[in-house]
Parts: sequence; structure tokens; C-alpha cells
Amino acid sequence: MIAEILHVSELHAYYGESHILHGVDFNVQRGEVVTLLGRNGAGRTTTLKALLGLVGKRSGSVRINGHEAIGLPPHRIAHLGVGYCPEERGIYASLSAEENLLLPPVVGPGGMSIDEIYGMFPNLKERRETQGTRLSGGEQQMLAVARTLRTGARLLLLDEISEGLAPVIVQGLLRTIHELRQRGYTIVMVEQNFRFAAALADRFYIMEHGRMVQGFAASELDGKMAMVHEYLGV
Amino acid sequence: MTEVFGVPVAVILGQLMLGLVNGSFYAILSLGLAVIFGLMGIVNFAHGAFYALGAFAALLGLQWFGINYWAALLLAPLAIGVLGIVVERLFLRHLYKLDPLYGLLMTFGLALVIEGTLHQLFGASGHSYPVPAGLTGAFDLGFMILPIYRAWVIAVSVVVCFSTWFVIECTRLGATLRAATENAPLLQAFGVNVPLLVVATYGGGVALAALAGVLSAPVVLVGPLMGNSLVIVVFAVVVIGGMGSILGAIVSGLALGVVEGFTKVIYPEASNIVVFVIMALVLIARPAGLFGRE
Repeated sequence: MIAEILHVSELHAYYGESHILHGVDFNVQRGEVVTLLGRNGAGRTTTLKALLGLVGKRSGSVRINGHEAIGLPPHRIAHLGVGYCPEERGIYASLSAEENLLLPPVVGPGGMSIDEIYGMFPNLKERRETQGTRLSGGEQQMLAVARTLRTGARLLLLDEISEGLAPVIVQGLLRTIHELRQRGYTIVMVEQNFRFAAALADRFYIMEHGRMVQGFAASELDGKMAMVHEYLGV
Repeated sequence: MTEVFGVPVAVILGQLMLGLVNGSFYAILSLGLAVIFGLMGIVNFAHGAFYALGAFAALLGLQWFGINYWAALLLAPLAIGVLGIVVERLFLRHLYKLDPLYGLLMTFGLALVIEGTLHQLFGASGHSYPVPAGLTGAFDLGFMILPIYRAWVIAVSVVVCFSTWFVIECTRLGATLRAATENAPLLQAFGVNVPLLVVATYGGGVALAALAGVLSAPVVLVGPLMGNSLVIVVFAVVVIGGMGSILGAIVSGLALGVVEGFTKVIYPEASNIVVFVIMALVLIARPAGLFGRE
């Protein structure tokens, strides 16, 4: 097992004629929580999608667990042990909550059992027969995260999971991500909520115009705040 | 004898029963169309041609190789389903990213090629296929004599349609299919081999059309254009049920067959257009169809 679970270099991505990512370089070590910061449109969501092959065209190199994934179709990439929680949550309306939970195929050993997942998210157990999109926003977000835990994926790509949720729900998600980190999951997050990200991340990358422009550890955060504010415009 | 609209009840019941037989074919055919459209966004105009191919496969299997009806019921859908898979791999898969119009034109052209080829090889006239031993004879229902074979068609249709419905609505595989219909790229990012699912679905839909063809062989004349007029009615059925709705396709298929039969009794001149009148009314009142999601 190699320490570097994700190594991205010179990643370019396109939607039709639009060139969105202009040579993204970054890496993630096993067990790390890494947050991608940046303004809207900086290319953070596209970076996650490009890792999964969900963009029109991509080039460069994406090594997941030591395997080159740039030429693989999305379903093969998932089987390298990647779980994905999309920005719009991606809860299926024609499936019940439990069908949503059981939908992603197992991609690796050591996934959580349904009972374990319901232990972590008791609300989902209560509402398992409910149509997926009739759950509350917070429940849908929990479902979207929970869905990745059953599959045995060890690298989770989480896109804006705190967006649009009540503070008490965000607190709950914070505890969940903490627990996942303790269980040894590797997490790459895109976050708009800087305080949410700061409470969790081991390292940060800042994106601008489709490139990584800064990367630093959580321990350096205090000294970097002025720069972060400048990039994020907050 | 009791009469309704000046027509004996026995005659009405008889026509309703025959309508149910026609409805059985509508249901199987529209089910395949609905599944294909739901998952692939392809309006499969070649469906009638695959139906004809199913009937020809049964006919030629019998004439050339002595394959009996029961074996044909299994083998013909299998063979034509494989042909559907070849068609998907060679042609249709290039069209998913384009406007649905291209899929319609492609399959329409394909239907012309298939029907033209059958015409060239076997002529325009219909060929008859014997009713299989064991299903000859008739039931006396009191109000009508129902040939056993037609009862068999209704039974097979109901079993096939509701098993398909059950698989799609109540199983893990079905949940995956429904998810693919809703948001395929995300499903693929989860690790599901969506291209495989698509080709299997097209093969399955085409196999259903071929099954309807085999079922129809003993009750119609087997000819190259046998699916031609049928497919238009079936498209109307799918629109009435709601594009992509499985239950809608099954229920409207059976119901419209009955409505057509009833119209034959009370106003025969309208029986060929009643389905289209209903389609127009449904589209005005519920554009997504009776069972479709708005």
C-alpha cells in the first residue's frame, strides 16, 4: 500500500469548447483530509469531477492508489476505491432512501454494514422507506455521505457538503467527518464554509483560474490567513 | 337477450375479449419502447421491424430447421435480442450525446432496411404459421367461443409485463435501472458499468418486441410490414401512458386494446382512430401522460 493515495499532475479539463482546468497539480496522502478552497468558478468542483472522468475531455495524469486513471471510464475509476458525494447531492427521486443507500456497488473491502451506517445516521433508518428527494435537505446530505461508506471506498470526494444546511446539521456533519478521519478515510473536500473546512482539514489548497496557486498545512494556517482572505475575497 | 346501445351484450363482451388480445400485443411492445426510451432517450422506431423479425425467426426456424413454437418462443427473442445488441454497439451508442431526433431518424432508417430486406427475400405477401399443438381448440365462455391460443396470448402478456414491472420496481437491478434513467453519469461515477446496462436494456427491449412477434405469428399473417401499422398505435400507447413509464405502458396497452374493441362495437368507423383521439385528449389534459412525472 503506497502512502500517496492520490497524485494529480498537469490535469487539464474541458466542457465542450471551454477549457476549465489549466494544469492542476496536487497530491493527497493516505488518511489525510484535504480541502480545496477558492472562489466560485475557480475550478474546484470541476477538479473533483475531472478526477472521476465526469468532464467532457481531460488530459494529464491522475494516479489513484498508484494506478493511472486518466484513460479509464468513470465506472472503472470508482473501483479504484473512490467514493463521490456531488455538489447537488445526487439523491435519486425514483428510489427510496434505502434504495439510494444500496445503489452504489461495492468497490473495495471493509465497507460499513447497513447497521453501522444506520447507527451513525439514525434519521436515515427511520426514513428508509421514504422517497429519496422527500427527505429534508440535511437528511439528503447525510444520505449522500452515507451512500459512499457502504462501498468500501477509502478515498472520499465531498463537494460542498455543508452548503445550504442549518448550523445544527452542519455540526452533525462535522462530527461525522471527524469520525471518518479517525477511521482512516482519506477525504478531499470542496468547501465554501471556511470555518467548517478549517475545523477538519490537515492541508489546504487554494485554486484560482483552474490552477492550484497555494498549498499549505493546517499548522501554517494562522500565518496564512491574510493570504487566504485575499484569495477568497472574504 | 340483453342489449346495450342496441348491441347484444355477448357481442360486446366478445369484442372486449378480442380487444384484450390486441392490448396484450400493445402492452408487450410499448413496454419495450418505454424501457428503451426511459434509459436511452432513443425513440426506437425500429420496434415494429424487430417485432416482424421475431415472427419471421419463428416462421423460418420452423420451415428450415423444424424448430417448434415452444423453442421459438425462447430462441427467437434471444437471436433478435443479440441483433439488437449489435445494432446498439454499431450505431446507437454514437447518438446518445446528440438530439433525440437523430436516434429517431437512425431507427426509422433501420426499420426501412429491415422491412425492405424481408420484402426482398420473402415477398410482400403474408405467410401463415400454424397454431402450436396443445393450444388448438377453443373455450366456450358462454358469450363467445375464445380460441385457446388467444387466451394464451393474454396470459403470456400479463405474466411477461408484470414480471418486467416487478424486476424494475422491486429489485436491486431495477433500482439501478431507475437510477440510470434519472442520472446516468453519477451512477457511472459510483462504479456501475452504465454502457453495459444500456446495451443490455436495448437487447432486452428488442427481445420483448421479438417475443410479441412470435406470439402473434399464429394469429396474423407473417409479412415484412406486419409491425408497420402496429408500431404507430404502440407509440400512441406509450405517449398516453407517459414516456418512459413502465406501469403506464402496460396498463395503457391493455386498456387501449379494450377501448378499441369496444369502439368496434358501438361505432366501428372510429375504431382505427380512437387511440389517437385519446392520445390528443391526454396530451391536452396531462402532457406527461397518465402515469408520467410532470
